[in-house]
Amino acid sequence: MAWILVIVPLLFGLFSFILRNRRIVLLFFLLGGILHFVLTIWVWISPMEGNSLVFFDPLGMLILTVTSSLFFMVTFYSIGYLKNHMERSSLTVGCMFFFLAAMSLVSVSADMGLLWVAVEATTLASAPLIYFHKDHRSLEATWKYLLICSVGIALALMGNIFLSYAGGDSIAGLYIPDLMSNANRFEPRWLKVAFILLVVGYGTKMGLAPMHSWLPDAHSEAPSMVSALLSGSLLNCAFLGILRAFGILRLSGLGEWGGNILVLFGVVSLILAALFLIRQTDFKRMLAYSSVEHMGILALGIGVGGLAGTGALLHLINHSLIKGFLFLVAGNILAFYQTKKIDSIAGLIHRAPKTAFLWMAGFFAIAGSPPFGLFVSEWIILKGLIDSERWMLIIVYLIALFIVFVSLARYIIPMTYSSSASNIEKPEGWFLNKEPLWMWVPSLLLASIPLIMGLYVPPVLFNFLSAVFSVWGGV
Amino acid sequence: MEHTLLNLVIVIILLSNIRLLNTSRIPVMIVAVAIQGWVIGSLPLLLHWEHFQLTLFLITLITVSIKGIILPRLLNRSMQQAGVMREVEPFVGPTLSLLIGLFLLSLSFWITSSLRSSLPEGLFFIPVLSLFTVFNGLFLIISRKKAITQVIGYLTMENGVYAFGASLAIDHPFLVELGVLLDVWVGVFIMGIAIYHINREFDHIDTDKLSTLKH
Repeated sequence: MAWILVIVPLLFGLFSFILRNRRIVLLFFLLGGILHFVLTIWVWISPMEGNSLVFFDPLGMLILTVTSSLFFMVTFYSIGYLKNHMERSSLTVGCMFFFLAAMSLVSVSADMGLLWVAVEATTLASAPLIYFHKDHRSLEATWKYLLICSVGIALALMGNIFLSYAGGDSIAGLYIPDLMSNANRFEPRWLKVAFILLVVGYGTKMGLAPMHSWLPDAHSEAPSMVSALLSGSLLNCAFLGILRAFGILRLSGLGEWGGNILVLFGVVSLILAALFLIRQTDFKRMLAYSSVEHMGILALGIGVGGLAGTGALLHLINHSLIKGFLFLVAGNILAFYQTKKIDSIAGLIHRAPKTAFLWMAGFFAIAGSPPFGLFVSEWIILKGLIDSERWMLIIVYLIALFIVFVSLARYIIPMTYSSSASNIEKPEGWFLNKEPLWMWVPSLLLASIPLIMGLYVPPVLFNFLSAVFSVWGGV
Repeated sequence: MEHTLLNLVIVIILLSNIRLLNTSRIPVMIVAVAIQGWVIGSLPLLLHWEHFQLTLFLITLITVSIKGIILPRLLNRSMQQAGVMREVEPFVGPTLSLLIGLFLLSLSFWITSSLRSSLPEGLFFIPVLSLFTVFNGLFLIISRKKAITQVIGYLTMENGVYAFGASLAIDHPFLVELGVLLDVWVGVFIMGIAIYHINREFDHIDTDKLSTLKH
């Protein structure tokens, strides 16, 4: 029973591969998405027993719920999308399910080894999805993604070996609860090496700079529903690997040292992403760099700890939902204009009003302005930084956020409102003259949750997050 | 007898790494990585001969057949499909590669000796060579242009990580061990398919020419 969340999408994936009828595959897609979401809710309601390899702890459940909700919404969008690319539906749906299965396995892994297997499996399941368009550019992106992430993840495997050896004879295996309860028995030198290798390895997958080089390529070349999942779910899964390692490190008394390493990677990502965002020509790459920025904020928040850590977990939820819907909206823009060049897009508000509205809302949401949840979580992280009295960090954090805001505004506002649409020819053969429901309803639903969280963060949620953080990050 | 065998293993790992560094012929590289797979795959059995278990035997059998037989065959097929037999003009030539390899070997010696106090009794050279294999794999990925050589580099690196784990007597649960192998297998398989597509789309498999995506 403990494996059900992994087995269900796996079976759905296998059937999608085998089934020849494309309409049935799409129906399957919808069913699978709903079923996985229902199962996730069900695990919340009646907690399941784990075993030596899988468990359902609050942190993993948090990541799983975000993944499952995003996937659920993305299915609606994808079905609309795939109806226009019927010839690829079988392979795409199959890989999407394998991807979901791998991400679910990451969330419920109770063994650092199994976690590694699952993270590597996410790479393999999503690589064919990035190659969806079957052209030069997507092939290049796929190759970089496969090679860079596999090499990164191989370092994380090395990290697992060091972790296992650091435990000596007193801790057998890599069962996470065991590692945590025996954390004081680790040999500190080996544990430090293990942590660095794990952060570099999973950090590659998470998109922390300077290991992020695959991320903008993969996110911009993949079809939009895949980009949404890559950015909204996959990065969180890699982050989970780092958090698990950090939780163990903290209990062994090296929390401050480990926190500083996370802060370092966080700051580098934040600065680099802000600098790269200043000059962008491609709006999907722009969103990808924004993901690097937000991953930097997550690492920073967890590294600083205290209130900033709780804020980082809230940030994770907000970022996933907002980035998910922004990529879906970016997919709409791509469908209307058939180009990813920012310069060639103008007058979105006249051409596709609903998409334009969502695009603007997404801009405010991702840039961290009220009334969206990302504002609240960035504010909480700032409060945490002030509490910790690291003034240099605060300055860097604020300047980077400011640069990001201005750069995004400079591109997104003209795309939406400028009216010099005369030089843009309508692409031929595209089916769209108006916006069908699948293009905007899932995005609107995804946007509504961060909006609610911007106006009111339920105390239950906040207390839950701070309880989770007190286990994995400490105060 | 055990000692002689281990020494033999050490020598073979060293030689296969050197061969990988100083040749530009891809079939030779595949053979070298296959031999390395055989030796490194059987390492757990050699090191823990006295605690013989069925699962240990099974893992060895599966590892050797994947790393030593199946993956080299996959690589061979990719090579033939792409029609590429040589690594022409790598970023770093064979002689310089060998020198860098020497440096990497000393680096591995240095790292391992600084960890020596906490290493298992009587084992020194195997961790050294495992680390060397990891570095060597990384170096091959960075310094070579052809997609297929980079995959060989990746496989070398995985071999090194596996040997390192085996030398420190890390035992993962059986299922996890299988999962790791499965990932490597599928990984190389998908990379093989990617190589096929790169060759078809671009008429070459030089990854340095894959450079449309920038910033």
